[in-house]
Amino acid sequence: MSEEQKKVVVPGEILAESMEVLPGFGTYRNEKKIIASRLGLLSQEGKVIKIIPLSGKYLPQRNDIVIGQVFDILISGWRLEINSPYSAMLSMKEASHDFINKGADLTRYYNLEDYVVAKIVNVTSQNLIDVSMRGPGLKKLKGGRIIKINPFKVPRIIGKKGSMVSMIKNATGCKIVVGQNGLVWIQGDPAMEIIAIQTITKIEQESHLNGLTEKIKTYLEQHGLTVVKEESHDEQHDDHSGHEHRQDDQYGEQHDEQKGEEYEEN
Amino acid sequence: MNEDIKHDLIQSLSKNLRVDLRKNEDLRSIEIETGCVATAEGSARVKFGDTEVIAGVKLAVEKPFPDTPEDAILMVASEMLPLSNPKYEGGPPGVDAIEMARVIDRSFRESRCIETKKLCIQKGEKVWSIAIDIAPLNDDGNLLDVGAFAALLALQNTVFPEYDGTKVLVDKKTTMKLPMVREPITVTVFKIGNAFVVDPTETEQTSFDARMTFAILADDKICSMQKGGDTAIMEEDLDIMLDIAIKTSQELRKKIPR
Repeated sequence: MSEEQKKVVVPGEILAESMEVLPGFGTYRNEKKIIASRLGLLSQEGKVIKIIPLSGKYLPQRNDIVIGQVFDILISGWRLEINSPYSAMLSMKEASHDFINKGADLTRYYNLEDYVVAKIVNVTSQNLIDVSMRGPGLKKLKGGRIIKINPFKVPRIIGKKGSMVSMIKNATGCKIVVGQNGLVWIQGDPAMEIIAIQTITKIEQESHLNGLTEKIKTYLEQHGLTVVKEESHDEQHDDHSGHEHRQDDQYGEQHDEQKGEEYEEN
Repeated sequence: MNEDIKHDLIQSLSKNLRVDLRKNEDLRSIEIETGCVATAEGSARVKFGDTEVIAGVKLAVEKPFPDTPEDAILMVASEMLPLSNPKYEGGPPGVDAIEMARVIDRSFRESRCIETKKLCIQKGEKVWSIAIDIAPLNDDGNLLDVGAFAALLALQNTVFPEYDGTKVLVDKKTTMKLPMVREPITVTVFKIGNAFVVDPTETEQTSFDARMTFAILADDKICSMQKGGDTAIMEEDLDIMLDIAIKTSQELRKKIPR
């Protein structure tokens, strides 16, 4: 990706007038024209024109790791609020490795208002979302703090191969889980939790600027924390659970592949 | 509220640590704009951090209540708008909105901050009526205090329209102000675990145990109180809360534009 600044487009703006290019995410075709339907940064990949949105609600995608909150207990499972227009269904089969007896008290597994890290296993065309708790790093979250950030800034918080979030984790000693839906869970020493939250908010606000990693490093050092920058991932003390962290340093590139989930115990 | 998260929040608050780097007894940054609604006789928009409230005052001439033939009519109305926070729904005012309107109404009424007798035009027939409308634009906690502050500033900002004896000429404004003699400042102190907190954000407010609202005058006199929340307040708690409220009210009073 070149150093040039990406153009900001607004809904209704004509992006191209040609049958040679194809409309991608956030755009639609009207006869020959390709028109923007969202506010965001314009990006072209080959023949496809797409928009990387600057803000908006989280739209669920398969294989995303999200943080959800139980808001309903049904006969056969739980319903989760995932900071999206649609709620997610956690069925009993997907909830645990244990066998759950018929008629068991489901609140013993996940009670109302509990936060969980879950993985989206299916999104239907009607936006019915199925999530699973069976997988590495998927668990119930106990205590800590939950903060909400713009879901489109999540890749910046995670950083290249999880570099940004590991930097915060190492510096503050907090456990951090970033959900693709814009919910972030932080647990640690209260004073450190606050520094971590401040740092994440700062990243969210300054995500469009160049040299963000350096800025955040300085910011953490200002708080008297030692920052070990992980350029290489040879010495991994984080369990990244074999997930590929594909994250480019240029904002928003490879939007469809931004799946840098973060979950582990420190 | 999730019990585990609440437990950790209390741990943090008991160490006097808050997410936005404030101390438990600190207010958020305050922004004030008065006279922002051209069609109202008085208005104010107040922001405490991300909580934003707009208040407007309308004056009209009405027949007084039979038991108070010489006193002006004061009405406070508030509504929780869904645009301010998705937790509210449209429709008639709910418990929160009614409580907010009544507590603010009480602070003005009991402090006798407006000289209502001076607003009598003809005894038993015509008095001025003051209608205060409070609309939250964004709710990030502590709506009551912000609403009360906005309502007070709107009252101070109010100028009379011209009145020709039969009807109010709303588009002709005079320079006469409302006869305000006192400034009641409403402060709510929240008890979360063992910590006492003022000006909570939405997340802090959802896990409070008890709250106490005080309306305080310039000489630190209390003119009204309101208790909320599910748990009890001990006698010694009340003393601490009152001290915090008085200190906060003095701070807020300095912010009133002169």
